[in-house]
Amino acid sequence: MQQVAANTAAPAAPRRDPAPSRWSYRLHRLWLTPLFRLLLRVGLPMGASLALAVWYLGDPATQQQIIDKVAEIRRSVAERPEFMVRLMAIDGASDELGDDIREVLPVDFPVSSFDLELDQMRGVVEELDAVASVDLRIRPDGILQLAVIERIPQIIWRLTEDLELLDAEGRRVAALAHRMHRFDLPLIAGEGADAAVPEALALFAAAAPLEPRLRGLVRMGERRWDVVLDRGQRILLPEQGAVAALEQVIALDQAQDLLARDIAVVDMRNGRRPTLRMGAVAVTELHKIKAIELGENYR
Amino acid sequence: MTELYQSQRAMRNMRKAAMQRGVIAILDVGTSKIACLVLRFDGPGRMTDDGVGSLAGQSSFRIIGAATTRSRGVRFGEVDAMNETERAIRTAVQAAQKMANTRVDHVIACFSGAQPRSYGLDGAIDLHDTVVTEQDVARVLAACDLPDYGEAREVLHAQPVNFALDHRSGLGDPRGQIGNRLACDLHLLTIDMDVVQNLAYCIKRCDMELAGIASSAYVSGVSCLVEDEQELGAACIDMGGGSTGISIFIKKHMIYADSVRMGGDHVSQDISKGLQVPLGVAERIKTFYGGVVATGMDDREMIEIGGDTGDWEHDRRTVSRSELIGIMKPRVEEILEEVRERLDGAGFEHLPSQQIVLTGGASQIPGLDGLAPKILGNQVRIGRPLRVQGLPQAATGSAFASCVGLCLFAAHPQDEWWDFETPIERYPARSLRRAMKWFRDNW
Repeated sequence: MQQVAANTAAPAAPRRDPAPSRWSYRLHRLWLTPLFRLLLRVGLPMGASLALAVWYLGDPATQQQIIDKVAEIRRSVAERPEFMVRLMAIDGASDELGDDIREVLPVDFPVSSFDLELDQMRGVVEELDAVASVDLRIRPDGILQLAVIERIPQIIWRLTEDLELLDAEGRRVAALAHRMHRFDLPLIAGEGADAAVPEALALFAAAAPLEPRLRGLVRMGERRWDVVLDRGQRILLPEQGAVAALEQVIALDQAQDLLARDIAVVDMRNGRRPTLRMGAVAVTELHKIKAIELGENYR
Repeated sequence: MTELYQSQRAMRNMRKAAMQRGVIAILDVGTSKIACLVLRFDGPGRMTDDGVGSLAGQSSFRIIGAATTRSRGVRFGEVDAMNETERAIRTAVQAAQKMANTRVDHVIACFSGAQPRSYGLDGAIDLHDTVVTEQDVARVLAACDLPDYGEAREVLHAQPVNFALDHRSGLGDPRGQIGNRLACDLHLLTIDMDVVQNLAYCIKRCDMELAGIASSAYVSGVSCLVEDEQELGAACIDMGGGSTGISIFIKKHMIYADSVRMGGDHVSQDISKGLQVPLGVAERIKTFYGGVVATGMDDREMIEIGGDTGDWEHDRRTVSRSELIGIMKPRVEEILEEVRERLDGAGFEHLPSQQIVLTGGASQIPGLDGLAPKILGNQVRIGRPLRVQGLPQAATGSAFASCVGLCLFAAHPQDEWWDFETPIERYPARSLRRAMKWFRDNW
C-alpha cells in the first residue's frame, strides 16, 4: 500500500499581495480628503432628503392634500365655542353712527374670532367721517366690543350747494341739511376753509363781543379770513395775526362805536395802515358837510 | 545644470507650501524596508517637559502616522523593479495615511544607493562694495568651479560649508561683514540620474508630489550624531540592508558622503548559502541568533535550521551558534573594512575628532561594538536616532535613523545652493533686477 502524502492534497494558495491596487489606493486617499468627507457626511444626506422632499411635494395632489388637512385642523380649532363671537357691542356712538358702523362691518354672527381681522375692521370703521378713533377687542364671553370716540362737530362749512359739519381739526363729520338744524354752531365759508378751522375757532372766540351781529367767516383765496357782519359789513383780516387784528377792531368798536356807523369795510390787511371804506350814504353826507364848511353849494 | 537648479527650487517651494498646509510625508526607500511617516507641523516649536527641546527643530512637528512594509523591487538602495517598488510604496503610504487619518500630498524621500560621490568646490570673488550682500554670496557660489562629474549624474546636495572673508575663515554667515575678498567652500554630492528619475516616477505613480529628496547617509548623520559630534567632526555609518552609507560631518556640515554597496542583506545571503536554507529563514536566524564575536558558550548553543523537504535528516539539521557567527563575521568585517577604506580615502584621519557612529538596521548585530573598534578605530559607538514626538516605539530603533533624519531635514533644512539668490548676471538681459543694478552702479 502506498500512502498518499497529506500535504499534497491542497497546494498552498498563492500569497495575497499586501499592496493595495491603484484604484483602492486612490479611493482611500479620496476618502481621507477632508472636503470629500464633509461632502459625504453632510452634503449627501442633506441632498438626498432635499431631493426626497422635492419629489414628494412636487405632486399637486399631495400639495392639495396637505393644504386641505391644514385647513381642516385650523377649522376644527377655530370653531370651538371658546373662540366663537356671537354679537357686536358698540360703545360711545350715537344710534345713527352705530347703524352706520353695522352697515360697513358686514359680519355674520356667530363667527370664529380666528376669522375676524380686527386691524382691517378697525381701518374700515375709522374711515367713517364721524369716527375719531375706535378700539376693537373680543371679550372672553364672545362679544366683539367696539369702543368708539365720535368726532364732535364744531363748525359749519358752507359749500356752494350744501352744508357740512366739521370738527375742531377741520375733519368732516357729517352733512347738514339746513343751517337752522344746528344754529348753535358758527359758520364758515370759502374754498379751503376746512384747512384753517382751528384759526377760525380762535377768531370766533375772539369775536364774542360781536356775537349778535356776526354772520360768519369767509376764507379768501385760501389764505386769510373775512369776518362778515350783518348789514354787509366786513372786516378784512391779515394772513398773520388775524386774531390780534380782530381784537384791535373790537377794541376800536367798543371805544368809538365803529361798527355801528355806516362803514362797509374795515380793512386790516395792512397792519400799519388800517383802512375804512364808508357806505355810499355816509360818503354823500361827508361831501355835503365838507361843502357847507367851505361855503360852497353842494350839487 | 539650470534645469536641476530649477527643479530643486521648485521642490523647496513645494516643501514650504506643504509645511504651510501642515502635513507632509517622509518616505525612506530602503533595500530591506520602506518606511513612511506622516508629520504634522503645528507652528513654532514649544518646549515639552519630557526633555525634547527645540534643538534641531524637532519639536515643531509631530509624527501622526507611521508605517513600515517589507521592501520589494529595491536592490542596493536603488529601484530595481518599478512596479514592485511602486506597490511597496503604496502599501506603506496607505497604512501611514490610515493611521494619521489624513491625506498626504507631498512627500520627501531618501534613498541610500545611486553611488553618491562627493566633491569639494571652492570659489572666490572680489567684493564690489566692502560690505557682503546677498548678491555677493550668490556670486561667490556661482564662482565655484563645477567639476566634470559625468553625463548621467545629478547634483543631490550642494551645501556651502564654509565662507572666508579676506584672512578670516570659518564664517557661518558672512552677510553684512566688511572685507575685500569673499571665498567659499561648497560640498557637492552627485548621484546617478536614472535612480532619482525612477524613484520620482514611482512616487508620481502614487499620486504624490515629490517635495524634496535627500541622501540617506546625510539624513542618518543628521539624526544620529549628537551636536558636539557634528561640530567637532564625526562619521556616521548607516548600515542598511543593501548598502552602507558613510557621511562625515564637521562644523555641523556634511563634508563627505559615500556608500558601500554591501549591507545586511548580503549577510543573510551568506547565511542562506552557507547553511543551505531559504533566504527568509536565514534572515530570521540572523535576527534571532546572529552575532560577530564567538565565545565558548556559542559552541554549545545549537540552532535548529529546519526545512520542509520531507527528508527527516535534512529537516532536522542544527548548527551551533559559533558556526553562524563564523559565516556572518567575515562579511561584516568586509563591510567595515570597505568603510575604513572609504574613510581613509576621504581623509577622515585628519579630522580633529575620530568619532564613528554606527547606525542602521545592520548595526544591531550583537557584538558589533566589539568588532568595529578593531577595524574603525577606538571611538566607535552604536547610535540610535534622536527622539521625536509621536514616533511609535517600534520605529525608534537604529533602523529608522534615516526616517528620523529626514523628519529633521524637513523641519530644519540646511541651506543649499539653490536656496540662495541667483546672481544678477545670470538673470535674463531684460529683467527688472538687472535694470536696478545698472541704476545703482551708475548713480
